[in-house]
Amino acid sequence: MTAGFISKKVLGALVTLIFVVCFNFFLFRVVDADPVANLFRGKELSQSQRAELREEFGLNGSQGEQFVKYLGQTAQLNFGRSYSTNQPVWDEIKKKAGATIALVGIAAVLSAVIGIMLGIAAAWRRRTKADYGITAFTMGAYSMPEFWLGMLLLTFFAVKLGWFPVGGITDPDSSATGLAKLADQAHHMFLPALTLTLAYLGEYTIIMRSSLLDTMREDYLVLARAKGLRDVLVRNRHAVPNALLPVVALMAINFGFVLSGAIAVEAIFSWPGLGLATYEALKGPDLPMLQGLFLVFSASVILFNLIADILYAWLDPRVRTS
Amino acid sequence: MSALAEAPSARRIAWLRRRRAVAGAWRDYRRHLPGMVGLVILVLVVAMALAAPLLADEAGLKAINSTGNPTWASPSEFGPLGTDGLGRDVMTQFIWGSRISLLVGLAATILAMVIGSVVGITAGFFGGAVSAVLMRVTEWFLVIPFLPLAIVLAAILGPSVKNIILVIGITSWPSTTRLIQAQVLTLRERDYVDRSRALGASNWHLMSRHILPNVSPLILANTTLTVPIVILSEATLSFLGLGDPSNASWGKMLDDAFESGAVTLEAWWYFVPPGLGILLVVLAFTLVGQALEEILDPRLRDKHG
Repeated sequence: MTAGFISKKVLGALVTLIFVVCFNFFLFRVVDADPVANLFRGKELSQSQRAELREEFGLNGSQGEQFVKYLGQTAQLNFGRSYSTNQPVWDEIKKKAGATIALVGIAAVLSAVIGIMLGIAAAWRRRTKADYGITAFTMGAYSMPEFWLGMLLLTFFAVKLGWFPVGGITDPDSSATGLAKLADQAHHMFLPALTLTLAYLGEYTIIMRSSLLDTMREDYLVLARAKGLRDVLVRNRHAVPNALLPVVALMAINFGFVLSGAIAVEAIFSWPGLGLATYEALKGPDLPMLQGLFLVFSASVILFNLIADILYAWLDPRVRTS
Repeated sequence: MSALAEAPSARRIAWLRRRRAVAGAWRDYRRHLPGMVGLVILVLVVAMALAAPLLADEAGLKAINSTGNPTWASPSEFGPLGTDGLGRDVMTQFIWGSRISLLVGLAATILAMVIGSVVGITAGFFGGAVSAVLMRVTEWFLVIPFLPLAIVLAAILGPSVKNIILVIGITSWPSTTRLIQAQVLTLRERDYVDRSRALGASNWHLMSRHILPNVSPLILANTTLTVPIVILSEATLSFLGLGDPSNASWGKMLDDAFESGAVTLEAWWYFVPPGLGILLVVLAFTLVGQALEEILDPRLRDKHG
């Protein structure tokens, strides 16, 4: 892989990031003449409170001055202070990112692994009952709002059966440490992680199945069979590695959504991560928090898109020559 | 008329040919079982949405008109689907909610398709600098994470049906643009486009008479595959409190159910129906979209089945 290819991709990602940063500025200032009025609709605001809020949002001064000030602050990761906690937004985000990365990271890995396996099984047993069953299951999982699935699982397994806690990350009454604490956290994580895994795996299954069906038409598979290779070897050594290419790209892209992917599900299970923070910032409304979260979510997607591009080019030489 | 019958005009020939193509596609479609299942579900749901005033009294959506009803009544105690925490009939909310969900789903998709097609055809047809700029912007929109962007936009604009259509529409077009631009790139090199250009056709004529009709099957298939995504997005945004409070969609019903504690009360009858409604509509549109894709694009025929 050439340095030229990588530097071109990195440059592209940087330009996109700058675009998002500028976009964020205009989103809150130019799209609407008075974000203060819209965000605080239904609440009584005195004239002086209004002026104070405008000052806090950096809405005073000319557009140019505001923009320069905003760029400088953003470069230093200064997104202002959260209204609800009065802590710097960046500190709040750092504090809450761990819970989200753990939950959604686990769900992303599980859904990819299970989804790919289901996709292989369905493609290899094409037009059999197993294929139809898997396809119907993944289509169903893919078609439901993931937070609704969360509500169903929560009602049945946590409220009705009482097998799992109804929310949070640890039992507030327990003072367990070490392994016991980890077990408690895993117990809390089970239902939200299950919800997200079920919600994500359909996409992997559908793409893996269709990619493998494409690959199965290739001549080198006919050759592998003609050589007398066993079916399992043809599948695992020849068909699957090649069919995995588009799925790998999808995985990298999906990991970019790890931070922002679980807003509604975290809200359902009161999982104290960035998703719940977004939900609460919306109800507040906590504008600086919302802006900071938007930037962080976007940056993570851009970063993982870059990784996906480079990974793909590394795995498939045809990409970098074309 | 008799002259027409003897020597049909070019326009009439084109019309007949198109009608034959549609009839042929419908013949193929009727044989496509998943596609027909999806179509039947859609017809039923649309019929329910259109007939809402006949099926349930709109007044029942307001708590003030439901004071006589028991609160949190289960389906066995009240009506077909019970009541919510304010005594409102869940069935009434379900029927009227289908209207908003479908309306947002269709309107936002149409908006996204119009933007996506116009940008895609323009970029693909003109190429060069125009294409470079348009496709760069498209890529930016592809990269900005959809949900946070939609959340921020909806929060700034305020919750109303109009705004939610606008927000989803202007965040959902870029993938369509990419698809259409790629198709237009191959179309504009075709001989009949060259011939038409040599005969003095304007760019507008070429785009509207030759390019657009040829990408329209693609747009149609893409439309039916975008509606489900849009309906799910609407549900999520509404659930996050960004839905119109006075025009409750199925997503808003789920928000109301969660906010009023239906989960802890095990009042499944409040949140199972709207979720099931979303699931069915999304599934139906996906089935119809896949069927259209297969029928309109023969290369895919082997793939899904």
